[in-house]
Amino acid sequence: MTSEAYEIKLDIFEGPLDLLLYLIKKNEVDIYDIPIALITRQYIQYIDAMQSLNLDLAGEYLVLAATLTHIKSRMLLPVSDEDEAEEEDPREELVKQLLEYKTFKEAALGLDRMKILGRDVFGRDYAEDDLGADEQIIREIGIFELVEAFRRMSRDTGRSDLMEIDIEKISLSDRINEIVDELEKMGERTFTDLLGESSNRRRLIYTFLAILELMKLRIIKAYQSVPYGTIRVCLAG
Amino acid sequence: MEPYGYALRGERMDNLKSVIETLIFVSETPLAEAKIKEVLQDIHEGEISSAIHALVQEYEQRNGGIFLRKIAGGYQFRTSEDTALWVQKLRGQKPAVLSAAAMETLAVIAYRQPVMKADIEKVRGVDVSGSLRGLLEKNLVRIMGRKNVPGRPIIYGTTRIFLETFGLNSLSDLPTLSEFKELEE
Repeated sequence: MTSEAYEIKLDIFEGPLDLLLYLIKKNEVDIYDIPIALITRQYIQYIDAMQSLNLDLAGEYLVLAATLTHIKSRMLLPVSDEDEAEEEDPREELVKQLLEYKTFKEAALGLDRMKILGRDVFGRDYAEDDLGADEQIIREIGIFELVEAFRRMSRDTGRSDLMEIDIEKISLSDRINEIVDELEKMGERTFTDLLGESSNRRRLIYTFLAILELMKLRIIKAYQSVPYGTIRVCLAG
Repeated sequence: MEPYGYALRGERMDNLKSVIETLIFVSETPLAEAKIKEVLQDIHEGEISSAIHALVQEYEQRNGGIFLRKIAGGYQFRTSEDTALWVQKLRGQKPAVLSAAAMETLAVIAYRQPVMKADIEKVRGVDVSGSLRGLLEKNLVRIMGRKNVPGRPIIYGTTRIFLETFGLNSLSDLPTLSEFKELEE
């Protein structure tokens, strides 16, 4: 097999569980009675091949390799008579996980078979400009508008001649959580609202970083109707 | 008595159907029956229901290029899937398709919602950050809130856009998960 053929083959796996399912199917073995030694050997051959091709091998593949090896070693251990009754099959957990993954893989194929809008069926096309013309025109804004607004805000708030003693311990993830909670409750907040609550510089900066991070993760969106206008922030989606 | 028992007489029924057809035609998103009733407030609600039903039937019987479908709790005109190739040709673009990874992530969210990212990753056995972000961008899934457990993790669910994209009236129209489960001996 040429390396090219390998690459194409390997590219189709959606993850370690998918590879494992493929091997089970290829070897025509029973998913409830997986020949662990055989499958583990083949699995490791596959990920070796992926590594030798310098494919970016996700860590999850290695984790499953370790799990397989562990199961294999447990199956080699002799089981004492009194233990036998309650001793569970070392493969049980993995089989459960595989079956669940398989169900959702099928469900994903099921979704793909549906009549998808824009692929299989179509609705009418609407010219966006003609619709909602009387609505307030808002546009989504990016990082630069936010930075500019932050610069203006911090100029108004910050007093550099005062030294700050850091009493309030605050982390970026705390502030991210607080902002998401607030937006969930209020629906929409202005940028000034969010930063305005920040009594000190540290909090102000963390608030700003939190907003940037949330925008990057596309959890929130920011809008503005005119340049230098009020920036509104709301949850995306 | 049949479910749509308001026997409207000829011309009046035709007029009503024409009006409803028009309202649905000019609406950008699926038009809810309640909205139609709100617009046509002088007309008996039962008459409206039976006119909608008759319209759906007419398109069904005609079996042409356009059908009236019930989608995301409303009514919308949709093309027949038999004509997809020509529409794509007209638009000169290939349809945007979701990757298999995105589809798997979407399937877990659709069936398990509200669901945490960690749960999706447990099912799929891989990191799902990328596919999750793509689905959020396409507005197929959204953040539904936070789970009341330590760490208050974000939970995800599907959107109205998801229903519209997959032509579903509601989530209960999804095939049941057991249909995908392997038959156990």
